[in-house]
Amino acid sequence: MDEYALAIGNGLKERAKELGRYGADKVFLADDPSLEPFNADYYRQVALDVTKKTGPSMILAAATSTGKDLAPRLAIHLNTAVASECTQLEVDNGQIVATRPAYAGKVLLKVKIKSTPNIATLRPNVFTAKEASPQRNPSVEQVGFSKPNSRMIVKEFVTHGTKKLDLTEASVIVSGGRGMGGPQNYKILEELAEAVGGVVGASRASVDAGWRPHSDQVGQTGRTVSPTLYIACGISGAIQHRVGMINSKVIVAINKDPEAPIFGFADYGVVGDVFEVVPALTREMKKFYAKN
Amino acid sequence: MRIIVCVRRVPDTAARIRIASDGKSIETSDAEFVINPYEEYALEQAVQLKEKHGGEVTVVTLGPEKSTQMIMKALALGADNAVHLRTEDPHGDPSSIAKAIANELKSHQFDILLFGKKGVDDDNQQVGQMVAELLDIPCVTQIVKLELSDGRAVAQREVEGGGIVVETSLPAAFTAEKDLTVPRYASLRELVAARKKPIVAREVQLQPPLLEIISVHNPPPRAPGKIVGKGVEAVPLLVKLLHEEAKVI
Ligand SMILES: Cc1cc2nc3c(=O)[nH]c(=O)nc-3n(C[C@H](O)[C@H](O)[C@H](O)COP(=O)(O)OP(=O)(O)OC[C@H]3O[C@@H](n4cnc5c(N)ncnc54)[C@H](O)[C@@H]3O)c2cc1C
Ligand SMILES: Nc1ncnc2c1ncn2[C@@H]1O[C@H](COP(=O)(O)O)[C@@H](O)[C@H]1O
Repeated sequence: MDEYALAIGNGLKERAKELGRYGADKVFLADDPSLEPFNADYYRQVALDVTKKTGPSMILAAATSTGKDLAPRLAIHLNTAVASECTQLEVDNGQIVATRPAYAGKVLLKVKIKSTPNIATLRPNVFTAKEASPQRNPSVEQVGFSKPNSRMIVKEFVTHGTKKLDLTEASVIVSGGRGMGGPQNYKILEELAEAVGGVVGASRASVDAGWRPHSDQVGQTGRTVSPTLYIACGISGAIQHRVGMINSKVIVAINKDPEAPIFGFADYGVVGDVFEVVPALTREMKKFYAKN
Repeated sequence: MRIIVCVRRVPDTAARIRIASDGKSIETSDAEFVINPYEEYALEQAVQLKEKHGGEVTVVTLGPEKSTQMIMKALALGADNAVHLRTEDPHGDPSSIAKAIANELKSHQFDILLFGKKGVDDDNQQVGQMVAELLDIPCVTQIVKLELSDGRAVAQREVEGGGIVVETSLPAAFTAEKDLTVPRYASLRELVAARKKPIVAREVQLQPPLLEIISVHNPPPRAPGKIVGKGVEAVPLLVKLLHEEAKVI
């Protein structure tokens, strides 16, 4: 089976070849200033053009805001279906059998698509990329892009304050809940996050209180994250929070209530006051990184 | 201004989820059903637009006969009328649902078409974009802000690391992210008034599903963790365990 990669964006020429290392036999590249940020009308056209040219049996995309916006549009034009946010893929008889969480992660569904191409979006950080071979040198084919008549004008990209790594991309997340007591106290979490190279997340209680922006919220109505290390500070561990972070590799909980539900699924728990334990952990981490 | 909101009926998110005896579906007989939470934001947005620009709000839902209670709730929250596309088995394929909804909407005139970002049951996040593509109208997903002026819409999507501002012509479709609006509560008076609002019901036949559920499983349990200790004294051991045992630092 041949694997093609399709890269859409602006200024990707240098990077397109890198996709070969991860297994692409050939890379299609649509590179144009108007392709950043994402415009659904443009991306749909490019992806459909390449699909028509190559007739794939499967189309995979990342389950990011872009991938999840685009995949269903392609599916409806190609008269097929999408398996969303897959966490596992198997191939049976040339067909994808995908595992995907539903009901906010309370159950896992195994699904199959009866039409071709099989389309799936894959949850970030769940599948690990193998560096296949650095010597591979796939051909890069430029895809002509003539701006279609779009009824959408993508005007600007706005950041929430200082640009930082997104929660879904971070390998360490330090999350604070109602137990942080107020917005000013998140400073100690920022310091811990900085010491471990992570970013700060939040529970809904702290977002609803206006302490943190909604984009920081982890959980059923916020982000689904799967970092290597998730440190929950002053978070009780409600089911709606749990579903957003349960796929983290290692979960640490700091909570003063030994009965807090979070201790039921954290790998490591410290019973104590965040205002004492978190600064101590920051100091200890700094010490650790100075040595290692 | 004509606004249509597509609402999905879902089990209450607090409900316990049990796998049905066929091993392929969820047992919902004892679940309480509600308006999908993302449509609460969408519906509130629709009602606010109506209050500001005048017009009419129609809710459209595809689901079993038992959806009436949820439709009443949507009407009490400010919708003027409803279309109920009835099917006893709304199987889990978003593309078939989208085709049936799009087919209905072809005979409606509207300026704004609103969806939730995703149904919190199957978590597909597909139907909105699919309906918009079938109707050939622009669609902006995951919006946290929507404003109208001079016959155009300006929406802000929430994406990784920030927001994207998108302007569209009308009619256009949008899918609501949490916090697009603050949903209101329906008063008793509005609940009573809702009973007089018109509901058009139509039987629909869904196309056979292209996406098939083979089986449903419980997620593997997470191994129980351990309490490292109490207070500041536990911190050195925690760091040691993270390094030597968990190997994450
Ligand atoms: C439809 C729906 C969707 C939801 N979606 C989400 C979601 O996406 N994300 C989410 O997080 N929640 C969500 N929730 C809310 C969820 O049910 C909880 O209410 C929320 O997660 C609680 O946040 P919390 O743990 O910060 O606060 P609390 O439950 O109040 O817990 C605070 C914790 O801090 C501890 N604490 C207090 N002071 C200290 C201290 N000084 N030191 C150490 N520990 C301390 C307490 O012991 C307690 O355990 C949702 C709810 C519903 C109904
Ligand atoms: N059965 C349905 N009836 C009406 N609207 C629906 C239905 N299913 C999905 N939708 C709409 O499409 C959005 C996305 O749904 P989904 O693709 O199932 O996650 C929902 O938030 C609803 O606005």
